[in-house]
Amino acid sequence: MEPLNIYASRLVNKQEYFTPGHKACQGCAEALAVRLVAKALGPNTVVASATGCMEVVSSAYPHTSWGVPWIHVAFENAAAVASGVEAGFKALVRKGKIPDQKTTILGMGGDGATADIGFQALSGALERGHDFVYVCYDNEAYMNTGIQRSSSTPYGASTTTSPAGKVKPGQLTWKKNMAAIAVAHEIPYVATACASYPMDLIEKVEKAAAMEGPAYVHILSVCPTGWRIPTKKAIWIGRLAVETGVFPLFEVVNGRYKLSFDQELRPVKEYLKPQGRFRHLTDEMIDTIQKRTNSDFEKLRIKAGAKT
Amino acid sequence: MKADPKRVLSGNHFINGNHSATEGAIAAGCTFAAGYPITPSTEIVERIASRFPRVGGMFVQMEDEIASSICLQGGVWSGRKAMTVTSGPGMSLMMEHVGLAQITETPCVFINVQRAGPSTGLPTKTAQADMMQAKWGSHGDYEAIALSPSSPQECFDYTIDCFNLAEEYRMPVFLMSDEMTGHMTEKVVIPPADEIELVERQFYTGSDKYLPYKREANGIPLMSKAGLGHHYHITGLTHDERGYPVLTKPVQEKMMTGLMKKVGDNVDKLTRYEEFMMEDADIALVSYGISFRMAYKAMEMAREKGIKVGLLRMITCWPFPEKPIRELAQKVKSMIMVELNYGQMFLEMDRFSNKYCETDLCGSSGGEVHEPEEILTKILEAAKK
Repeated sequence: MEPLNIYASRLVNKQEYFTPGHKACQGCAEALAVRLVAKALGPNTVVASATGCMEVVSSAYPHTSWGVPWIHVAFENAAAVASGVEAGFKALVRKGKIPDQKTTILGMGGDGATADIGFQALSGALERGHDFVYVCYDNEAYMNTGIQRSSSTPYGASTTTSPAGKVKPGQLTWKKNMAAIAVAHEIPYVATACASYPMDLIEKVEKAAAMEGPAYVHILSVCPTGWRIPTKKAIWIGRLAVETGVFPLFEVVNGRYKLSFDQELRPVKEYLKPQGRFRHLTDEMIDTIQKRTNSDFEKLRIKAGAKT
Repeated sequence: MKADPKRVLSGNHFINGNHSATEGAIAAGCTFAAGYPITPSTEIVERIASRFPRVGGMFVQMEDEIASSICLQGGVWSGRKAMTVTSGPGMSLMMEHVGLAQITETPCVFINVQRAGPSTGLPTKTAQADMMQAKWGSHGDYEAIALSPSSPQECFDYTIDCFNLAEEYRMPVFLMSDEMTGHMTEKVVIPPADEIELVERQFYTGSDKYLPYKREANGIPLMSKAGLGHHYHITGLTHDERGYPVLTKPVQEKMMTGLMKKVGDNVDKLTRYEEFMMEDADIALVSYGISFRMAYKAMEMAREKGIKVGLLRMITCWPFPEKPIRELAQKVKSMIMVELNYGQMFLEMDRFSNKYCETDLCGSSGGEVHEPEEILTKILEAAKK
C-alpha cells in the first residue's frame, strides 16, 4: 500500500455512481465499499446485484442510488445474471449494434449470496471464464433478514440463528475462505479488500476490471448493526480486522499471492473486544481464535513467498 | 401419546404467529429442523435456534432452501420428527424435494409463511398465493395435506396437527401461514403437556425382512430408521415394496395408487372446516387463513343490514373440503370465495358448486388483507341478483 495520506482524496474520481440518499443504516461500511467500487469502475459499468441489503437500500423506487445500469433478479443468481449480461454484451458488440468500448460487468452480492445460496452460480461463472468482476461485500451474516449466520460468519460470533447462550457459545464453524475458493478456479485475479483502506480497495477493483476474464474481489464490510458496535467505529473496526490478521489483505495475480499488508499483527483481542457479537467469548475461545489467526496468516505469508 | 412436559411452555403467552408455530413444533416433538433465512418466516428459525439447545433438538442452517428441504428428510430417516420453514421464493426452490418426500413417503412438515409474489414480490407483505403450489408445485401427481391458520393460537395448534398428520399418513404436510398471521401478536394459550395428543411414528418391529413400502391394512407403510438394523433402499425412482427401483408401468401404477389412496380414501376424516351463521343464509362466504377474519367482519356488517350471510371457513385447504362445499352450494343462492390471490381456491370451490348456485371471487393481489368493506360490496352485489 502506498503511504498517500491526505493526498489520497485528490487521486479519487469525484463523480459518484452510487449516490447518497440510499437507505443503508448509519455507519454502514458496506455502502461505503459499494460507493468506492462504483467510483473505481466508472460510468461504463453494468451491475448485476443479488438480493440483500445493498439491493434493498439502493433500489426502491423512486430513490435509486445507481448512476449506472443495474439489474436485480433473485438471491442465488447474481453471477449467472452477470454471465448472461456479459455474453449478451459481447454478442451485441460482435454484431456491431453497440460500440466496442471497455465495459465492466460487475456481479455483486453479500456473503450469503456469494458463499451460500449463490455459490454454485459463482463457481459456474468463474469456470466458464466470463470477462466480469465479482465483488462479495462480506458483512459476515444475513443482515438484510436480521443477522442470521452464514458460512462467512466467524467462529464465536453470536447471530440470531447461532445465538450465544448457556448451551452454545455462538457460531461454532470457521469462516469459509471464499478468496481461496476463487483462486482454486485458476482465474486471473483474486483480491481481498476493506473499505477502511479505500485507496487499496480502489486500486484492486481497477486491476480486477482491467483483467481479461473473471476477477473476484472479497471485501470485508463492517456492519455496525449486526456486529453490535457504535456506528462511528465502523472504519476503526475494519482497520483492526486487517491489523490483527483476522482479515488479511492480499491479491493473487495469475496464481501468485502478494500480501498488501504485512506488518507485525496486533492481538485479535483488540478486534474482538469492542464488538457486541463477541462479548460472550471466554479467554479460551479468544486464544483459539488467536492461534487460528496466526496459523492462517503464516500460511498466507508462505504462499506469498515468505521464508519459513 | 402425550407431549413431553419439558418441551411444552404451558401457560398464557403474548407472542406472534411465527413464534407460536415454533412452540407448536417443539411441543409436537420436532427435534430436527433445517432452514434458511427468508422474510417473513425468519422468526421461526431464530426461535428454533435459541430454543432447541435448551429442550433438545438440532437446528441446521443450510446454504439454501434446496439443501434445507433435503436435509430435513435425512433427519426424518434417522428417526427424528423434522420440519423446515420458508416463504415464496424459498418454497419454489424446495419444490423438487417436496416431490421426493411424496414418493419416498417421508413424514415431515413444511411451514410456508406466505408473502406476495411472484418471484421476490413483496417480502414483507402478506398473500395467500401459494395455495395451488402446495398441491401442484412439484412435478407428477400426488395428494397434499395443508392446514391454514388464521391466528397465532392456531399457528400453535395446527403445527401440532401438521406433525400428527405427517406421522399418521407418512407424508409431507404443509402449514400454509402468511405474513400477517406470522407477524401478528396475540394471546396464545399453550395447554398443559398432558392435554396435547401426539401421533408417534410407527416403526417396523417384525422379524421378517423389512419392506419399506409394504402397505398395512390402513394403506400406510411402516417406517424404519437408521440403527434399527434393517437393510432397505429409499429412492426417488419408482419403486416396489422393497424400495428398489422398478421402471415399469405396473409398478408405477401400484405405487401411485397407494400414494393417492392414502389421502383419497380418508378425505372425510381429514376435512376440517367451521360454519358460522349458516342456518338461514342465502349467501355463503368461503374463506381460510387470515382472510377468514376479514370475511367474518364483513358477514357481521352484512347481517346488520339484514342480509342473510353465512361463512364457511376451511381449516384444511388440501384435501379440498369438497363434500361440505357441494352440500352448501345446494342450500344457498350464492357463494363468494374470499382469498388473497386471484382465485386459486376459488377454482376448486367453483368446480364443486357452480352447478347449483352463483359463484364469485373476492380476490386480491396480496400486499394487504381485504378491507371488510370490499367483501361487503361483493355481498351486496350478490344480494341484488
